[in-house]
Amino acid sequence: MSKRKPYVRKMGATWWLKNTFHTKYIIREGSSLVIAIYSFVLLFGLFRLSQGAAAFNSWLEVMSHPAWLLFHLLSLVWTLYHSVTWFNLAPKAANLWIGQKRIPDNWIVTGMYAALALISLAGLVLVLI
Amino acid sequence: MADVMKIDILRYRPETDQEPVWQSYDVPYTREMSVLEALAYIKDELDPTLSYRWSCRMAICGSCGMMVNGIPKLGCKTFLRDYPEGMKIEALANFPIERDLVVDMSDFIAKLEAIKPYIINDQPASLEDGCHNQSPKQLAQYKQFSMCINCGLCYAACPQYGLDNSFTGPAALALLHRYNQDSRDKGKAERMKIVNAEEGAWGCTFVGYCSQVCPKDVDPAAAIQLGKVESAKDYVIAMFKPGE
Ligand code: SF4
Ligand code: FES
Repeated sequence: MSKRKPYVRKMGATWWLKNTFHTKYIIREGSSLVIAIYSFVLLFGLFRLSQGAAAFNSWLEVMSHPAWLLFHLLSLVWTLYHSVTWFNLAPKAANLWIGQKRIPDNWIVTGMYAALALISLAGLVLVLI
Repeated sequence: MADVMKIDILRYRPETDQEPVWQSYDVPYTREMSVLEALAYIKDELDPTLSYRWSCRMAICGSCGMMVNGIPKLGCKTFLRDYPEGMKIEALANFPIERDLVVDMSDFIAKLEAIKPYIINDQPASLEDGCHNQSPKQLAQYKQFSMCINCGLCYAACPQYGLDNSFTGPAALALLHRYNQDSRDKGKAERMKIVNAEEGAWGCTFVGYCSQVCPKDVDPAAAIQLGKVESAKDYVIAMFKPGE
């Protein structure tokens, strides 16, 4: 008779705390939640703008509360963390070649930063003019 | 007298244990000693009931995968000298424990088989055609992904597989990519069904730890991301070819 009785280990809700790589991954993914909230806040601002200057100004006032400033700072830092870690992974999803040679990973990473800088600059110009 | 290292091992004896229990052993420690050799010492000198797997002792057969301080490692490629604080060894994560450090890999093997890991070609070249020519670029498209030794460390590193083992997983998807990229192979359409499935490439959330732990630098995470690119192309092409 078989004595087999394979034991299956449970992962549990805290699996991502047991290994720093996984913890960093969850932190990276967690930024999506913050970005979602940030987008809603921004959309709400747009909605207030559509209601006229007074409504928009009162929204602006709420936004200048230290708690909201902290939230924006947190979203910025978290988003940057997401971008940096994601840019580092980007070469894995690219199979780019010049002739018989594969494009080095750091070209792709640098390309991502260049694109980020360009788009940010374009956004800034758009806002300022 | 050599120094002694305390090694904790997660034991599981299905005929007596309800669940795995830790047991520690004192092993004379030498600089050259691999984890596998330490296990052999324990089995020969301290406790013959300890079970573990190995074969080649040179990082090529893939049988000695285990968790060392919570990280998937090959026992033969891991050395005591790198763990002066001692070590905790347990069976490879995300697989059912059969006994002590031996896990049941049948699900992993079934997945490897399912992706048709061989060259598919209805019109293989005949002898008269001479040998197959492959450019360095054509070779480079799949070479890295062909280095897999089926050790399963990447599955132990993958929380997606741990949470839901219907996910095809890193090594199988890397091997699938390897055959799809081979210029001699014509089986891509068949294999893309597996890539396109929810349990296929899209089941991957790009944790990336699989590539980190792979002892052969296969970079399964890259293979899967490239699989997603192929899958997206497949989807767009299918839109223009309805009914196929
Ligand atoms: S891809 Fe690497 S870690 Fe995964 S089974 Fe193959 S050799 Fe092992
Ligand atoms: S014994 Fe073969 S890989 Fe370790």
